[in-house]
Amino acid sequence: MTKTLFEPSIRSRPVYGELSPRAGSAHLFIADGEGAEAITDMFAKAGADAPALLAKSHIIYMPGPYGTDLSAALQALGAAQFHRAPSFNAAELRIRKVLTDAHMGLQVYLAGTETVIGLAQREVMMAGLPFEAVQTEHRGSLSRRVQCVHCKGVTENVTTDPFVCSHCGLNLFVRDHYSRRLAAFQGVNIDAEDPGLVPAAVERFK
Amino acid sequence: MGLEFNTETFRNDFTFKNSPRAIRRFPFPFDRDDYMYSVNMEPHVPGRPGSVFEHMFDVDEHYVAEMRDRAQVLADDPLRCQSLPHMELAGWDLLELIMESKARDYPQWFELHKNGNRWHWINRPMEIEQKFTFLDPTTLPCGPMEYITRQAQGDFTLQDQRDDNLWIEAGMVTTQADWSLDFDIGMSFHEWHAPVPKAHQMGVFDRALKFLLKLQHGAPVRRFNWTMTVDPLLDTSPENYPKWGPTKTTLTPENIGNRQHLRVELQTLHRLPRSNAIAFPIRCYLIKFEELVTIPKWARRLHRVIRDIDPELSTYKGFIRNRELMVQYLSQFDDGAPTSPGWWPDE
Repeated sequence: MTKTLFEPSIRSRPVYGELSPRAGSAHLFIADGEGAEAITDMFAKAGADAPALLAKSHIIYMPGPYGTDLSAALQALGAAQFHRAPSFNAAELRIRKVLTDAHMGLQVYLAGTETVIGLAQREVMMAGLPFEAVQTEHRGSLSRRVQCVHCKGVTENVTTDPFVCSHCGLNLFVRDHYSRRLAAFQGVNIDAEDPGLVPAAVERFK
Repeated sequence: MGLEFNTETFRNDFTFKNSPRAIRRFPFPFDRDDYMYSVNMEPHVPGRPGSVFEHMFDVDEHYVAEMRDRAQVLADDPLRCQSLPHMELAGWDLLELIMESKARDYPQWFELHKNGNRWHWINRPMEIEQKFTFLDPTTLPCGPMEYITRQAQGDFTLQDQRDDNLWIEAGMVTTQADWSLDFDIGMSFHEWHAPVPKAHQMGVFDRALKFLLKLQHGAPVRRFNWTMTVDPLLDTSPENYPKWGPTKTTLTPENIGNRQHLRVELQTLHRLPRSNAIAFPIRCYLIKFEELVTIPKWARRLHRVIRDIDPELSTYKGFIRNRELMVQYLSQFDDGAPTSPGWWPDE
């Protein structure tokens, strides 16, 4: 079960599990921030199988939205390949190359914030990997990636509800409705019917 | 046939209205004096002559004006029509279904001539004539789904079927009741219905999905859905909500009869033969309250439905703000007399 406690929600909202070692021809890990701990925990669980698994592992890691950087612990695992990227955006082309070159039997492990899990999952989906080959585990910040349904701009690291769209400036409330294709929650204008009547922003997604 | 097409608008000066004939054939969705969600599906078989069920795809007096409105919506926002790459075959299936149905049901307006895969399509009301090769996208000015749904009233979505689920992966959506194709495209059945309250817990979507996975080619089904819209605005999209949302605050007892519309969706579902996808036409019909109350049975019944509806439903459907005003207006037309079963007007 997931280590993060989530409020009950609607059916489009993603749910997360706990990473566990699987048999596979190769293993790709993508994680940010506290997600590193999900990976180290998983290898600890693997016990005697860990060295064989690590010999076929590629870990791509980036710091979390608040700067949490556990690169050292991950690098110390001794995976066949370890790459620290400054951001998901910077790692994107590398991830695409790895997925393009992948053979049957690749196992994918995603850990950390919803944003990085969602973005990585989208890459995996576009590469056509079977859904069952992907495991996810949430760790760290609950901040959200939200698409404004009006101007289509995506605002990163949204922590409050409502918030101001960083593109068009409308006051948006954050729905739990989530698109895996966009890797984003949906933001909808909160004061359309009563312009200016905007409730105080509450920190809902720390 | 004598039916002429209205010159009317669904924006700005809103000149849309229904003729007495269109009012009488309006698909009033309530077959009893109260409303709650249900799967409410029935075979989409030809219904009473003159009714909206007479043909596979109803073409009415609003056809040409609605198609003009759609072209404007698409010019303003091309993301309203999208098709993921693997859905092209389903688009051809849909094109065939619509062209064959219309040419068969309305030969005075539409013709389809086939010579093998060489097809010749004539749409007289829209003054379109097109020779093309079926299944060859280079012979049409745009993709097959977009091509034919620019000539067919109502929204359309195409659902791929795999992994015992339905995936909404193509659509033409410009007359929607506040949902975004651009956001929902690619979702599974339960995902795109996720925001609907209550119905999940009632098991409505589980039952509906189970039913639809077994839908057979040649045996389409239909159901109604409904909501309320201020002014005859077809494009009540979330994208444009900041533009149309404020109109809800401008209703008064004096203007509600003219500006408040009951919005009914006649939804049909068709299994497509080559792609095994499901086509989901969502046809929107609008009627002003003052038009609707000319049918005494409907006036009585709508009053009772709105008066007694679960507040959660009126919130989700977006009319809780004006519910009291609606009930007040409609109550003048309800003398308390019993209503006859079913949705047809009394003779």
